[in-house]
Amino acid sequence: MLKSRLFWPVIILLIILAINLFFDPGFFKIEVKNGHLTGSLVDIVNRGAPLMLISIGMTLVIATKGIDLGVGSVIAMSGSIAAMTVVQGMASDTSLTPLFMAIAAALGLSLAAGLWNGLLVSRIGIQPIVATLILMVAGRGIAQLITDGQITTIYYEPYSFIGGGYLFAIPFSVYLVAAVLGIALYMTKKTALGLFIQSVGANPEASRLAGINSKNIILLVYLFSGFCAGVGGLILSSNVSSADGNNAGLWFELDAILAVVIGGTSLMGGRFFLMGSVIGALIIQSLTTTIYSIGIPPETNLIVKAVVVIIVCLLQSPEFRQKVLRPRMKKPHKKEPENSLNEQGVKIS
Amino acid sequence: MEKHFPKLEMKGITKTFPGVKALSNVSLRLFPGEVHALMGENGAGKSTLIKVLTGVYTKDEGTVTLDGKPVEVSTPLEAQNLGISTVYQEVNLCSNLSVVENIFIGREIIKRGRIDWKEMNRRAKELLTELNLDIDVSKTLGSYSVAIQQMVAIVRALNVKAKVLILDEPTSSLDLNEVQQLFATIRKLKKDGLCIVFISHFLDQIYEITDRLTVLRNGEWIGEYKTQSLPRYELISKMIGKEFIDSKSINENPVAENKGVSETVMEAAQLSKAGNIHPFNLELRKGEIMGLAGLLGSGRSELARLLFGADKADSGTIKVKGKKVHLNSPKQAIAHNIAFSSENRKSEGIIGDLSIRENMILALQGRQGWFNYMPRKQQEEIVDEYIKLLNINPPNPEQLIKNLSGGNQQKVLLARWLLTNPDLLILDEPTRGIDIGAKAEIQKLMVSLSEKGMSILFISSELEEILRTCKRISVLRDREKVSELENREHITQQDIMREIAGGVG
Amino acid sequence: MSWQLNKKYYPLLITFGLFILMFLYGSINYTGFSSPQVVLNLFIDNAFLIIVAVGMTFVILSGGIDLSVGSVIALTSMVTASLLQANISPIIVIPIALLIGPILGVIMGSLIHFYNLQPFIVTLAGMFLARGLSYVISVETIAISHPFFQFMANTKIHLGNFYISISVLIAIVVVVAAIFLAHYTKFGRNVYAIGGNEQSALLMGLPVGKTKILIYTLSGFCSSLAGLVFTFYMLSGYGLHANGLELDAIAAVVIGGTLLTGGIGYVAGSVIGVLILGVIQTLIVFEGTLSSWWTKIAIGVLLLLFIVFQRLSSVRGRSKTGLISEH
Repeated sequence: MLKSRLFWPVIILLIILAINLFFDPGFFKIEVKNGHLTGSLVDIVNRGAPLMLISIGMTLVIATKGIDLGVGSVIAMSGSIAAMTVVQGMASDTSLTPLFMAIAAALGLSLAAGLWNGLLVSRIGIQPIVATLILMVAGRGIAQLITDGQITTIYYEPYSFIGGGYLFAIPFSVYLVAAVLGIALYMTKKTALGLFIQSVGANPEASRLAGINSKNIILLVYLFSGFCAGVGGLILSSNVSSADGNNAGLWFELDAILAVVIGGTSLMGGRFFLMGSVIGALIIQSLTTTIYSIGIPPETNLIVKAVVVIIVCLLQSPEFRQKVLRPRMKKPHKKEPENSLNEQGVKIS
Repeated sequence: MEKHFPKLEMKGITKTFPGVKALSNVSLRLFPGEVHALMGENGAGKSTLIKVLTGVYTKDEGTVTLDGKPVEVSTPLEAQNLGISTVYQEVNLCSNLSVVENIFIGREIIKRGRIDWKEMNRRAKELLTELNLDIDVSKTLGSYSVAIQQMVAIVRALNVKAKVLILDEPTSSLDLNEVQQLFATIRKLKKDGLCIVFISHFLDQIYEITDRLTVLRNGEWIGEYKTQSLPRYELISKMIGKEFIDSKSINENPVAENKGVSETVMEAAQLSKAGNIHPFNLELRKGEIMGLAGLLGSGRSELARLLFGADKADSGTIKVKGKKVHLNSPKQAIAHNIAFSSENRKSEGIIGDLSIRENMILALQGRQGWFNYMPRKQQEEIVDEYIKLLNINPPNPEQLIKNLSGGNQQKVLLARWLLTNPDLLILDEPTRGIDIGAKAEIQKLMVSLSEKGMSILFISSELEEILRTCKRISVLRDREKVSELENREHITQQDIMREIAGGVG
Repeated sequence: MSWQLNKKYYPLLITFGLFILMFLYGSINYTGFSSPQVVLNLFIDNAFLIIVAVGMTFVILSGGIDLSVGSVIALTSMVTASLLQANISPIIVIPIALLIGPILGVIMGSLIHFYNLQPFIVTLAGMFLARGLSYVISVETIAISHPFFQFMANTKIHLGNFYISISVLIAIVVVVAAIFLAHYTKFGRNVYAIGGNEQSALLMGLPVGKTKILIYTLSGFCSSLAGLVFTFYMLSGYGLHANGLELDAIAAVVIGGTLLTGGIGYVAGSVIGVLILGVIQTLIVFEGTLSSWWTKIAIGVLLLLFIVFQRLSSVRGRSKTGLISEH
């Protein structure tokens, strides 16, 4: 089951990469320069790191039938507070202390943002789209408040390491993705959390009657999504050695949702595919890279994304499958039979 | 003279869903100025028949004639235009709109290109006054009681010049006064020559308001009767399907004999929830199966849900093993070793997108918590064991449960609860919609579980099942527990039916 | 009777009261704030937002959402500017510009209705598409110097000592037409019915599909018209115009008292919602020491208050008619 779900995303990714190979025969070449792995593939993974992280968090949220529109703002908030902490800490200290303070501040703020979304959805019972819209609007304001509306540049070597450094020849951000993915996979496969998330997302009432406390599970996924966005924000701001409250993480929520959907997780909740979302994020990143590298105007990227979203959603829509893919079905909009089986299929002994 | 020709006649109606024949050769005749009850238990085909009549479903075979002319109804709108209107139990109106709008929406009065609110208000008031209802029509529908919403729905139906009015369980959420108010309306409409189809689970109401009735069972037409000349007891036996068989022969009682006084597992005192079930007392002892008998809508499921904390009681107390407890959520009930399998297998039982294994371990895992995850190997062992024990087919633990037959889904749900090793197992219609083999297996399993000391509260529409398995039987009628019978030799299905019918007939 | 009627208009009254309070606060604290021209400027600066919010009101009333509005404004401005650059007469350009939104709206509405896709995701794609198309036309700003557009931009309609712009007149016409549409036509009432309970609307025989498609078409039209008004205001076409405007429009509608789940709300409320957003901005400008991002934070706080208020009142409402939902 899992294999077949990952099949199409992987094929799409390979096709996109193959197209690149056609235009640039050296596309797959990976070299070691100054002890760093370099090459287009490494670039894609490195640049795609923030999106992969955020897609991982978003996957779990969507699996509970939710959505987190606040991630873009959390990225901006996290990057901003980290950068500002560094700037203030540097005045007195040149050791690693400012780095750790920055990380603590960024993750603390992101977790607080996740907690906020989680409480609104799970405790007050506001629809996820609406609840997270609040942070989507206000979060960016908070980020600008932190940076005082300026794009602050940081000159502090340790901080650039998060997004731009290399460890054993591999970009450090890749380790971060691996670590977060590892945590997510561990939590969902080695604890019962994955089972609970899927059951709450697929049938909340049946889950309640089976004694599952859905409130805490929902709270946790938003918390985790906030955490992922926080790490993503650190990487992004470290990458450019600056904090930009206005533009950092713009449209990330939408790209992340797209990555999750491409990865095979349905927006209706239930079954989720963390690896699928990671591949989805890679697809989006390589699409961007491809469009740049083969000379199509980069602006078309948005159009391609729009088309991909619609195609993926149509393929997931039962109505579309019935009407278009199997057009010879009788009377498509009388969709009762499936439901009524349970209602009518009674005492047919 | 008109009396001899039906206003509306449905003949030979057959409707098949994939794998199920929901209606087979069913007929219905409605005469002008009569109130006609459509009777049948769950799955008898009442709602399918109504949906065929109102164009929600298309029939496979059969004819519908209105005023002697054959008609084809393929959408709800067409039905309305023909004068066939339905008022559903859950009041299918928009509570955010005003009363006037709910009456007129879709056919607003338009004057000079705009909606004529003044005229509509006036007409709405007029229509409501005819039914002796004096309310402010500009208020939102949601601000009125269900009874008034019901009336507004009827007014809406009448405003389309209805010839046939179908009332689908209109009284299920009304109190006594409200019911009388509704009946006054029905009587008035009847006098005006309307045909009214009345569907209700309340026998008293059937006998009070209807002239004739049609009984359906398992999608088949059983008969058409004059209400007053069909005793209650006979009506019930026609609905349930046991016509005067002496059920003593069936009653080879497998119930273990009472070994002295065993301990009480659960005790409910004056437990109630307004609108759901009147206060009741119930005591369940270790190792006994208690049956809950009653028609659909009699409050059996509501009672069970209170005992499991699925709904919160308004008043009363519950004691588990002698200790007073508060059951505010299923989680708490499970912590007290209570298990509950809902009658709505699809919406409240299975989690369709998950596998047999995941569905099975869900409740046990829920009790153990997140971090105490059963190792995969242990899960598979347990699941395999129960697949074998309950003979679940296909025996593949990774099969998605939605792909299983109803009987196998039910067995997985049973296994889900057996894994938690409950002291009290509440089963709401566990054998509904499953084949006879699986049914027998489940009954056998219940008996053997009770012999091992589990107490079981067993809800079923089939009295035979209850008699076969239960030691004591509580009977419910009209949301009230009316009696408790010991299942001894002389007890027959007739005795229970008599209790269900209210001791009359 | 009157008490109940009042209750129906509660959110609207709260919104209006809030507006008055904010305005009074400004008038007391800052000199020149209470000038009628300040109020008129709210309309002048936000005419396009009013028009978008009107379209968005219908969408949200029906229980949907339209994320494409900002991008449609950008696309409209780009198409207009580039066609004018090619020396095409405004007589031809304006109708073409006004068709952009409705065409996109019909497509989005059809996808939502026929294939039962979520409005959120469909209009998200619409947003990407429109923004992408405007970048394809050009990534640069295209300035507009056509005399007609200059006229529309610069004409002041004097009201005594004060003035408004032509765009304000357009916005007023749109608002009046929308109120008529919402309360005096079948279409309007169908929108409320669908937002209240789509299933019931179907069973009552209302044209649910047609109405839904029309709603997104209408919102598309409003966006295009707003795009045109925005173009008058900016005198340029640019792919980044109105970036994030969809959030402002949604915020204005919610602050205006419309229930995000649909079924309850008023066009007039959304207009006041836009004015509140405008007053916040004006307050921050008058304060001088506060930076522009406080606008976003203030909008977020207002959104929170209104959403929680809606949620709590709907919980109360449900417990009152609890019997219906239980069966």
